[in-house]
Amino acid sequence: MSDPSAVVAIHDLNKTFGNAGAGTVALSAIDLTIQPGEFVSLIGPSGCGKSTLLRVIGDLTQPSSGSIEVNGKPATRARTDRDYGMVFQAPVLFDWRTIEANVGLPLEIIDMPKERRTRRIADMLALVELSDFARHHPWQLSGGMQQRAAIARALAFEPRLLLMDEPFGALDEMTRERMNSELLTIWEQTGTTIVFVTHSIPEAVFLSSRIVVMSARPGRITRIIDVDLPRPRSDATRALDGYFELITEVRESLKSSHGPQDHGLREALP
Amino acid sequence: MTGATASIGRRADVGGALTAAAGIARSILAFVVVLVAIAILWEAAKWVGGGVWREAFGVVLDPPHMPPLRITQLNDTNLPHVWEVVGAFVEPATRRSEFSLFAVLLDAAIFTWRGAAIGFVLGAVIGLGLAILFVHSGLLERALVPYVIASQTVPIIALAPMVVLWVGRDWPSVAIISAYLTFFPVTIAGIRGLKSPDPRALELMRSYAADWKAVLWKVRLPAALPYLFTALKISATASIVGAIVAEAPTGIAGGLGRAIIQFNQQFTSGPEKLWATAFMCAALGIVFFGVIRIAEMLVLRNRRQEVEA
Repeated sequence: MSDPSAVVAIHDLNKTFGNAGAGTVALSAIDLTIQPGEFVSLIGPSGCGKSTLLRVIGDLTQPSSGSIEVNGKPATRARTDRDYGMVFQAPVLFDWRTIEANVGLPLEIIDMPKERRTRRIADMLALVELSDFARHHPWQLSGGMQQRAAIARALAFEPRLLLMDEPFGALDEMTRERMNSELLTIWEQTGTTIVFVTHSIPEAVFLSSRIVVMSARPGRITRIIDVDLPRPRSDATRALDGYFELITEVRESLKSSHGPQDHGLREALP
Repeated sequence: MTGATASIGRRADVGGALTAAAGIARSILAFVVVLVAIAILWEAAKWVGGGVWREAFGVVLDPPHMPPLRITQLNDTNLPHVWEVVGAFVEPATRRSEFSLFAVLLDAAIFTWRGAAIGFVLGAVIGLGLAILFVHSGLLERALVPYVIASQTVPIIALAPMVVLWVGRDWPSVAIISAYLTFFPVTIAGIRGLKSPDPRALELMRSYAADWKAVLWKVRLPAALPYLFTALKISATASIVGAIVAEAPTGIAGGLGRAIIQFNQQFTSGPEKLWATAFMCAALGIVFFGVIRIAEMLVLRNRRQEVEA
């Protein structure tokens, strides 16, 4: 039985690309339940299916078998109910729209009245500290600012679930750390549930309430680690012993999930 | 900091407008320079290999200049002097005419342009409509695109008389033939442009549960605009050529096509009139192209500039 209060409830989910039998197994026997207000990171090597899992949750691709419910509904229903927001690695802002018009795009699509829309856009831009750049075009902003605009857009219709696919992967380390802190502030202010794909261990530890460690061939969950670092988290968090212990723990989990013989084989190849 | 960054945005807009204006000025200047260079080359060729120069720019030469070479292609019948062509514009169109050739040709150009412009709009709408259809239906795209391409291999001269027979000997026929030449570049560029958005942009729209109309209107069409303008510039000149070619063999009176036929018949007695007509055709094409180019600059002024000035 699925948990009725869960935001995401996945049971025995499999995803195969190509023909069944001959295809590539992207996800194998995934079980995952995410509660309201959680910040869950999916971490793992390339090809472990973490992005695929996120896309399954977001109804951008269909599972081959197994069940998934988002807010107690099938994922497609959750999508048409506009239950989630999406942020990709690239900001995917539209050049021909100003920042405020980009943030307002999802609100235009749900036909929100102009007056409410204007107020909502102003609120969102204030949240990501881009109010001064409302009338700018995307190409006039730095990469970090563009990604903040993308986050504002994803939050525009107050989604109950925010799906983020390596949103800070293209940013430099310093910008990335600042964006991490800002994302936590936004998360605490909005109370939204976040599923966050990353391949950065420190990022996952700093942000998450739980870390889902995945391994490749086939893509599966090998461990789920609870992150009990105190909140609110800040730069001081990055100096805590617990922080380093968790980083080591996640690293060890990632290593062991590769499997020793698999690792040896790959190193023996030219 | 707040004020400074905001004003940078505004200054960029003003700067963009100035850059655009300077760009137009440079284009016009370059055009005039090349035009003058062509005129100089033209007369230089005639100085070396043309007919006997008895006058230049209305000034009588005494003794006349005898070009050292005699080249048939450069004699006064085949290649009239530049001033004769220019002069032909201000002289009466025919011996009995009360209007200058320029007035008559301008009238003809406007007639031709009307047919071409209506055909252009018709072709652009049909072309874009087809592109939208093809982007939404892979089956229709595979089934119909070969016919769209085949349509362009049918010579317009073979088609024009049929259209005139069906529609009548007036500008609607010209418009239809123009549209026939115009729609093709728009369809091909439209398909490319409508498919140009980042796949993630389409996934984003999917995550908003946006219907196809919203995707078309808010993502596909704006993304296609640069592609469409490239096609429309080709179509603008093609529509003029199409209109002239439609008029000429079918005897539609009033346009540049008829003027070409008429002055062709008078070529040996007054070659400068046919040259003047040819220049009028070119000017009409350039003006129409320029109108589309200016529209493009206005519509796309907020896009990322590939080349920073």
